[in-house]
Amino acid sequence: MTCTEFLALLDDLIDDSVSAETRTQLQLHLKGCDHCEVTLSTTRKTIEIYRSHEIYDLPSGLRERLHAAIMARCKKGC
Amino acid sequence: MSTIQPIAGELEPHPDVALVEQVRGGDVSAYDTLVRKYDRQIFRIAQHITQNREDAEDVMQDAFLKAYEKLDQFQGNSKFYTWLVRIAVNESLMRLRKRRTGKMVSIDEDVETEEGSVPRDLADWAPDPEQNYTQSELGEILRKTIQGLPPGFRIVFVLRDVEGLSTEETAETLGLSVPAVKSRLLRARLQLRERLSRYFRKKKGSAESRPGETRSEK
Repeated sequence: MTCTEFLALLDDLIDDSVSAETRTQLQLHLKGCDHCEVTLSTTRKTIEIYRSHEIYDLPSGLRERLHAAIMARCKKGC
Repeated sequence: MSTIQPIAGELEPHPDVALVEQVRGGDVSAYDTLVRKYDRQIFRIAQHITQNREDAEDVMQDAFLKAYEKLDQFQGNSKFYTWLVRIAVNESLMRLRKRRTGKMVSIDEDVETEEGSVPRDLADWAPDPEQNYTQSELGEILRKTIQGLPPGFRIVFVLRDVEGLSTEETAETLGLSVPAVKSRLLRARLQLRERLSRYFRKKKGSAESRPGETRSEK
């Protein structure tokens, strides 16, 4: 397996949607390729960081204000 | 008024189905529950797309009001959440178009870029690289980095990886094909990875300065 072929399957590997056979081939490639090993681990980390850090917080004051506005209009039938 | 059928293949109907039924039956407080359940996500998605706080506030209100008005049109063959996200994405794109008058804004536009298709920066990252930054510094880095992505990539990454929609749900929500979502997702992930490497890579020596220096030395 070449690095280009590995890269084409990177998302499927990360999303755990590869067959057992393909997974074995991918793991075999990883054993001999630092390049792809780093790409895989840092891409995984990228996703994890974005998932675990709320970068656009909704402050509770604003949340309550927007919530009240929405519900007031819904009660009036919009 | 038709009764919502559970999504095919699911044994248990999603809890939102019952709430939607209650709202349809005139129980406005059930809608209150739905708003509280999803308001943070909708606000976040709107901010990611519009990149403007006031617009995100407007989008959040308009999306929930529109969903309430159109609740009769909700068929239940998709989840309430993905249906709501679709409304919020459309509202966000409309806001974006208003702000950028005359400038086409579309998630359909073909984003031709070679960046990210082949990883260039292959330096490994420090273990737990985010520990080197304060929460506010990290937030700034993550915001700045994702804002630099083309909108068509950014939206796919946010829905799929941040908000946890499936590839199929993301495709349905954005009106894109599954292969288009997959292609954009891969390029978005690789571009973000490449850009974050500037901050998170292992340092070769303590004297090495970091690009995008935002943090005061401790």
